[in-house]
Amino acid sequence: MRLSPDENIFWQYGFVVLNSTIVTTWVLMLVMTVGSILITRKLKLEGDISRWQGFLEIIVTTIQQQIKEVGLHNPHKYVGFIGTLFLFIAVSNLCAILPFYEPPTGSLSTTSALAVSVFFAVLYYGIAEQGLVGYLKSYVKPTFIMLPFNMISEISRTFALAIRLFGNIMSGTMIVGILLSIVPFIAPVIMNILGLLTGMVQAYIFSILATVYIAAATRTRET
Amino acid sequence: MDSMTVIAMVSIITAGATIAIGSIAPALGEGKAVANALTALAQQPDASSTITRTLFVGLAMIESVAIYCLVISMILIFANPFWNHVISQSVGK
Repeated sequence: MRLSPDENIFWQYGFVVLNSTIVTTWVLMLVMTVGSILITRKLKLEGDISRWQGFLEIIVTTIQQQIKEVGLHNPHKYVGFIGTLFLFIAVSNLCAILPFYEPPTGSLSTTSALAVSVFFAVLYYGIAEQGLVGYLKSYVKPTFIMLPFNMISEISRTFALAIRLFGNIMSGTMIVGILLSIVPFIAPVIMNILGLLTGMVQAYIFSILATVYIAAATRTRET
Repeated sequence: MDSMTVIAMVSIITAGATIAIGSIAPALGEGKAVANALTALAQQPDASSTITRTLFVGLAMIESVAIYCLVISMILIFANPFWNHVISQSVGK
């Protein structure tokens, strides 16, 4: 049994490998980007807005509101990064209802890439908000003894982000696969529905945790 | 027993033991978290959105411990590096 969609190889030339994860990721990115461009081509401020514009507005304002509730007071700056994380993970998990589709988030390479980008985003926003010295000072708070522990927690939470998303999505597909060989009639459908729920919750968790980490890094001294 | 049998046996037993022992603590922790969240919800229904969000984030944190165990047992069963090594050795012979 295959553990991840990485091993489903379409085309290979030397060390360049085109596997199912890469193809699915790019197709999803293409669909989402072209869809957003088509919708946002004719934006209107007044009068009757189109249904799709209303749909996108709901998504964007909800994400901004969630970011604000977690504690970032200027959600405009962060909605690009966090919203992208949430939408990509949510769409790639929800598309699991399509036949012959393997979620790219069920591969450890995709989730590690997302987690590493969160790691660097925390560095970037932290330095942009507090300055290099101010950000480095946050590592020796409350005392100097905490320096190694702060660094370990920074690394380990990146691993935790990657493994959590990978484990949840991979176990969802694997449970459906195992059930198909035991009770192939109704039970896989129920587990698939549960997998959809888990996928949405995991997308929410991933983006909320990224927001919490960024909020912790950008917190200024007076608050 | 040759080394192949020992590796297969130890891998399977460890995979079962990992998920069995490793899910005890997260199950207890999640039960406690949900129970306390329900108490808080019953006392303060106004703060339900904050409580629910914090509960979900906390549950995911607790759940990830169980997920680590699941990943390790899956690796032991489906992608065991030691087993692959033994297989490649015996094929090469």
